[in-house]
Amino acid sequence: MNRTAVNSEKKIFKLERIRADFPILKTIVHGKPLCYLDNAATTQKPQIVIDKLVEYYSSMNANIHRGVHYLSEISTKAYEDSRIIIKNFINAKSEKEIIFTKGTTDSINLVANSFGRSKLKTGDEIIITGMEHHSNIVPWQIIAEDKNLKIRVVPITDDGEIIFEEFEKLINEKTKLISVVYVSNSLGTINPVEKIIETAHKAGVPVLLDAAQAIQHLKVDVQKLDCDFLAFSGHKIYGPTGIGILYGKEKLLNELPPYQGGGDMISKVTFEETTFNSLPYKFEAGTSNIAGAIALGTAIDYVSSVGIDSIAKHESELLDYATEKISELSEIKIIGQAKNKSSVLSFVIENIHPHDVGTFLDFEGVAIRTGHHCTQPVMDRYNIPATSRASFAMYNSKEEVDVLISSLKKIIEVFK
Amino acid sequence: MDAELRELYQQVILDHNKSPRNFRKLENANHTAEGYNPLCGDKINLYLIIEDDVVKDVGFQGSGCAISKASASLMSSIVKGMKKQEAEKLFEKFHDLVTGKLTNEEEIEELGKLAVFAGVRDFPARVKCASLAWHTLISALQDGKKVVSTEE
Ligand SMILES: Cc1ncc(COP(=O)(O)O)c(C=O)c1O
Repeated sequence: MNRTAVNSEKKIFKLERIRADFPILKTIVHGKPLCYLDNAATTQKPQIVIDKLVEYYSSMNANIHRGVHYLSEISTKAYEDSRIIIKNFINAKSEKEIIFTKGTTDSINLVANSFGRSKLKTGDEIIITGMEHHSNIVPWQIIAEDKNLKIRVVPITDDGEIIFEEFEKLINEKTKLISVVYVSNSLGTINPVEKIIETAHKAGVPVLLDAAQAIQHLKVDVQKLDCDFLAFSGHKIYGPTGIGILYGKEKLLNELPPYQGGGDMISKVTFEETTFNSLPYKFEAGTSNIAGAIALGTAIDYVSSVGIDSIAKHESELLDYATEKISELSEIKIIGQAKNKSSVLSFVIENIHPHDVGTFLDFEGVAIRTGHHCTQPVMDRYNIPATSRASFAMYNSKEEVDVLISSLKKIIEVFK
Repeated sequence: MDAELRELYQQVILDHNKSPRNFRKLENANHTAEGYNPLCGDKINLYLIIEDDVVKDVGFQGSGCAISKASASLMSSIVKGMKKQEAEKLFEKFHDLVTGKLTNEEEIEELGKLAVFAGVRDFPARVKCASLAWHTLISALQDGKKVVSTEE
């Protein structure tokens, strides 16, 4: 298998072959072929990822880093190999910078807790944006409450872009961390993270990127970005649930105290004192989701074998096509019209509540998400209770966009 | 349209969604309540005028899906003129209807116009939409000035 991640050779993107790799896509819903457009919530899994989970439990299962027996050795090796796959995929300097977590939420909580407890004090400020997922708001509010910190929010425009000058104005000597979403899950906006990081670093402030909606769509190179932390979830990049990654610069991670205490994260424990294990184990207390971590490596190998650039190109064509088609329906308004967008299309239909849209589309076999998408402040910003959201993955087709559009026409007709 | 879906979105429901009855604030209400469904963002403000234990007038405002809006609209028409206890009893019946506990055809028919919500029983996720207005009503009947949530 190709472990050297994305290479420069042009990959040929064959949609039919990709679709055949995902068994769930053959599902029939209410008599219609499934048209799965809820990929921002979670992606489907290719057969090799499913097989890897089965293989792990049928021939490798053992606890890692502990046993000297055969099974423990092979499972430890597979787990650590997966860490290397992920390190290569995001181009981290060292596998010590790759921490297995439960997911994006867990990764952000780790930083909020560990960085928050050790580096922040009364009056310090954290900057986030107006388009954060609740998982990049609430952990900061909890630590802010505890330590008397201030959370500053970068406002967004009607189109769904951050107002960069306002961001610059918010930075001051009290700013200790900037935590921003790379790609918004409710608006699709790709934030100018390079510029944000450059500006932050000039002021000596570290940056955490919530890459939950970026990692599966864009080439992410942590060294090129120069971000200090980066969080993502396995289940949104064709891997299992319950596994995710926190990337952190080695130097910074070394300065931070552990988040949770327990087994695996220590090197020596007495009742008087404990010395912590080295990176990355210091942050991996307890038995982790071993099968999930290994299968995440498989998922990422799969993405690399298709080629992240080819995926990005295909998805961007789908988004453009869907945007064009949906714009022809005068009853529909797109929420989130940033210039730079990834495969998320959020919209509202005049006089039809998103909930009704969701139920109708389900009967056409179309799975979309309706609601506030865990971004209530975004809904408040646009003065709407909820949106309907179609989000695309590598296996979606133009024909599926056509099904979405014709289903939307039907519901508009029924509610007339 | 699929039969099950047609059962959920009956014409009566679509009509009430489009032109809800009693969709107004009652300035002189003596019992009010607010209802929320945090999962979908449905929201209702309910205003009642109660005299001698009888609901003299009903008004509501808010936003929500067709099911929740039609339910509020139909509820407001039906409970007008009812005694408190009658309205409470009716809510129990309505709840049984949307959760599929009420299966006896005769009893369903006794619910009159409310019977259009029978289709909700095939959509467990929509039960909360259908019952939000009623939960809010019960709260307003009891002591008024209270916020109810479907998540408590
Ligand atoms: C932008 C963003 N951040 C964070 C999360 C949280 O991810 P998880 O629930 O996998 O921890 C999500 C998932 O919905 C997301 O879209």
